[in-house]
Amino acid sequence: MKCSTKGPATSGAALQSPSAWRTVALALATLTLGGCASTGRESKDLSALITARPASILVLPPVNESPEVLAVPGVFSQLTMPLAESGYYVFPITLVDETLKANGVQTPAESHRVEYSKLRDIFGADAALYVSIKQYGSIYRVVSSDAVVVMHGEIKDLRTGETIWRGKASASSAEQQGQTQGGLAGLLIRAVVEQIIGAVSDRSFPVAGVASHRLLKAGTPEGVAPGPRARAPVEAR
Amino acid sequence: MSSSRSRTAFALGKSLALSLSIAALAGCASTPQPLYDWGNYIGATYLYLKGGDQDPLRGIEQLEAQLQKSEASGRLPPPGLHGHLALLHSKAGNEQAAIAHLHRERARFPESAAYTEFLIANFKRKDAQ
Repeated sequence: MKCSTKGPATSGAALQSPSAWRTVALALATLTLGGCASTGRESKDLSALITARPASILVLPPVNESPEVLAVPGVFSQLTMPLAESGYYVFPITLVDETLKANGVQTPAESHRVEYSKLRDIFGADAALYVSIKQYGSIYRVVSSDAVVVMHGEIKDLRTGETIWRGKASASSAEQQGQTQGGLAGLLIRAVVEQIIGAVSDRSFPVAGVASHRLLKAGTPEGVAPGPRARAPVEAR
Repeated sequence: MSSSRSRTAFALGKSLALSLSIAALAGCASTPQPLYDWGNYIGATYLYLKGGDQDPLRGIEQLEAQLQKSEASGRLPPPGLHGHLALLHSKAGNEQAAIAHLHRERARFPESAAYTEFLIANFKRKDAQ
């Protein structure tokens, strides 16, 4: 949901009035209903992530539970952006892939089993993201097909081995039809889709972008807390 | 003297203006700019990971051009772009260019120091062979 901003702040006199508290309550209600606030999300407890405050996140190759082999490159390549835009450093995924293989870790599942302290030693990452792809690919209906992506993820603190965040998200090509997604999500997703039209025939790839955004992006209901590089850092709760 | 109705309307107008200002301060502006200039980076990494015969020089050409464009407009390349270019240059046999990109990744993102230093040492060893 888009937020819009118009008009100057009112003068200091308004803040001293008895109605100031009503105003603040109205503002918080507006933010919560508009989905823009990082407070008021009772269903998502981000305290462990906020306490751990990792500066860097190692995105590991996602484990694929779908029948589509393109799910791994499709999702792996899409996980970087929402985390980076949320204010975290994300390691170069193609280099990470090479380093894992050079160290004898041949599959995503194997990478998920590497001891957290070893990942910390090799990459120097504060935390790692483990994603499992539950669905990726087209669901065929009588006259059309929808591309669907479903994924689960968790972030582990590589300094302690503890899980500090969990989430899940899904997206479908059916939702995009006739709709333009507004705000930053729309900007970023359109940018991704535009660049690959003509080069890629995998319909699930942009859908994986939407799902990744929903899974991770700070400010979405599922997403992470803003990281150290975020533009407007949120105070720890 | 204003009627109570117009006083209420005025108070609501001020409340709305203030709440929208709070929303703006909380970072809910209508079209916030991304932190980084992503360009073709995501698509490029997707194509690389997909595998198959891919000429690293094509990726190098495209992403180096993108980098220049970002820098010219004062925008930041995303985390990992220099790293990916380092990998492509290494695949193309140019370890020196690979090392240069790793230095730039490290300079832009000090969080990458341990990993980029490890990779630079590896590339130097490769170059010496």
